[in-house]
Amino acid sequence: MVTNHTNTVSFPEHLGCDSPNDMVKRESTLGNLKYLVVGVMFGIVFVKAEIISWFRIQEMFRLHSFHMYGVIGSAVVVGMISIFLIKKFNIKTISGETVQFHPKKFMRGQIYGGLLFGMGWGITGACPGPLFAQIGSGYVAVIVTLLSAIAGTWTYGLLKDRLPN
Amino acid sequence: MELIELIKKPWPWYVAGPLIGLTVPTLLLIGNKSFGISSSLRHICAACFPANISFFKYNWKKEVWNLFFVAGVLVGGFLATQFFENPNQIVISEKTIAALQELGIRDFAGLMPADLFALENVLSLKGFIFFVFGGFLVGFGTRWAGGCTSGHSIMGLSNLQLPSLIATCCFMIGGFVMVQVFLPFIFKFF
Repeated sequence: MVTNHTNTVSFPEHLGCDSPNDMVKRESTLGNLKYLVVGVMFGIVFVKAEIISWFRIQEMFRLHSFHMYGVIGSAVVVGMISIFLIKKFNIKTISGETVQFHPKKFMRGQIYGGLLFGMGWGITGACPGPLFAQIGSGYVAVIVTLLSAIAGTWTYGLLKDRLPN
Repeated sequence: MELIELIKKPWPWYVAGPLIGLTVPTLLLIGNKSFGISSSLRHICAACFPANISFFKYNWKKEVWNLFFVAGVLVGGFLATQFFENPNQIVISEKTIAALQELGIRDFAGLMPADLFALENVLSLKGFIFFVFGGFLVGFGTRWAGGCTSGHSIMGLSNLQLPSLIATCCFMIGGFVMVQVFLPFIFKFF
């Protein structure tokens, strides 16, 4: 089995990552396929609940429908209960590790960046997850949106130290 | 057979929302991973064009799970559309339809209007605004905010993080402003 990296160093704290890999044990490429499978499930839900639809996002930002609010709201409730239970009963991962949580620090970027992302969401009808599902659904033009989002992320990395964080 | 018919119908929020919420404990328990999708864009930068920028100097290979995850989302989108596509037209609010018709949207057949998302629009002003400019805001904004709807609104709120609540409110404000204030102007160009 190919192991493609050493997992001893965790994500450098000063660089910050919102979805870090905290697993201590090494994972093989085959092991990483688990996440592909979870992603497939997730992508199917995205399409079937029409979350990837530009129309649904328009509805949400015009307050014409409860659908998107119901999806996000019930997802948060289920996520909250899950995390509460994991913490309360100290539930371990399948490889026996303690689940790691990362408290988030307030930064002004959450406001400025949040507003900019919100505007992008209103135009494209997509947050980063749905971009991938839209492309998979055959909306080939969205590849351009994805490439531009990657360019936006890269530009942020370039300008980071000159922006108020 | 009936099950397939049921799956093909659009899923209501109370089915989809909890399934999305379950992604949080699933990722935590199968691999100690905090749910978040916009980081994948950063890992792609770190892997393909790090350009000696300190923000992209980290061991992206350790975070490769995130790229497997988004590849899965893409495949999931493909499978859902190929095998479980809703045979009927999407049902959205009449008020939204009226408002969009006023803006000049004519196609309400698929999940995305062909008026905007047709491939031939890529090289037009429409494409520039709806794909290039919009996409740039999504990538730049999520990274500046330190997360997107998944990392902040779902994972962060689930973990009771105040900064995630602030970020989520700003996502919503940005969206409202774009749709209610700027979009009517933008559509005047077409």
